Amino acid sequence: MTAQVITVTSGKGGVGKTTAVANLANALAMDGKKVVCIDGDIGLRNLDVVMGLENRIVYDIVDVIEGRCKLKQAMIRDKHYPEMYLIPAAQTRDKNAVSPSDMVRICNDLRADADFVIIDSPAGIERGFRNAIAAADRVLVVTNPEVSAVRDADRVVGILEAEEKGTPHLIINRLNPALVKNNDMLSAEDVLDLLGIQLIGIVPEDESVIIGSNRGAPVVTDGKSRAGLAFRNIAKRLQGLDVPFMDLDHQNSLWGAIQRLAGRK
Amino acid sequence: MNFFTRKKSATSAKERLQLVLVHDRTDLTPAQLESLKDDLLKAISHYIDIDPDAVQIGLERDGRSQRLVADIPLRNVSRHRAG
Repeated sequence: MTAQVITVTSGKGGVGKTTAVANLANALAMDGKKVVCIDGDIGLRNLDVVMGLENRIVYDIVDVIEGRCKLKQAMIRDKHYPEMYLIPAAQTRDKNAVSPSDMVRICNDLRADADFVIIDSPAGIERGFRNAIAAADRVLVVTNPEVSAVRDADRVVGILEAEEKGTPHLIINRLNPALVKNNDMLSAEDVLDLLGIQLIGIVPEDESVIIGSNRGAPVVTDGKSRAGLAFRNIAKRLQGLDVPFMDLDHQNSLWGAIQRLAGRK
Repeated sequence: MNFFTRKKSATSAKERLQLVLVHDRTDLTPAQLESLKDDLLKAISHYIDIDPDAVQIGLERDGRSQRLVADIPLRNVSRHRAG
């Protein structure tokens, strides 16, 4: 095995990076892949609660870096998928406890026996972000169809290009098809045209995402959730599969529901 | 603004972002762009007669790269000479 190291970042906070990491990791694990998630947000860790693993933490990534434990000891095994792990962030330290070369070293150690390493980047474009992208083979930029999120995403894309990290792929999260239809929300096409990068997925706004994180059970495990389906599709694309983009147009209408029931959508 | 003529908010969002991204990406403020235009026009009119009111200079996006596009109509020189 040689793992693909994927960093999920955004510039702006609160657009759904952690949700995306937890869901993509679960979706990949559901497909039988071995996945290691790393929470890169030192001092503000959250991936553990979103994944429902907060009670199992003994060691964290800074313990690994400072030699207090072995890498394997900081890898928390998931409750449902034995091939999925989380390396939590340290909660009482700051970003400077980790360097870009630490991240490269840890990821290189993980590459040999995982299919995917997914790094949850902190918001911003400072040290924590630099750490998170240092080892990435591929970067996913999460944004919302909203002015400040798109502007910050554009800054991040610019920095990634300047750092020669390649062109990242875009996840448009929390798109509300009804608002788009009413021309009161930027459409996926608008956002893509503005940012000029390739799309890897559109995730519709969906209440079940909040319900999932309340329970520590990411929404991909909910077969009925539209957002869950969108994340499962992105996970397939990360595996190199060609999955058509969901039609979000009729999601909220009765007609759309009828069409879906009839198996036409 | 009248409710019926008011632009839908997504259209404003896109137009505003188009402008802001061009300036973010080039690290050029609107004021600096104005002064660049003035300097350009000064330099060009040193050599040829141009119509300053018809000049259009602006930044345009082309995928992820930007270009400075200038449309500078020249005054008809022969007509001046014939006069």
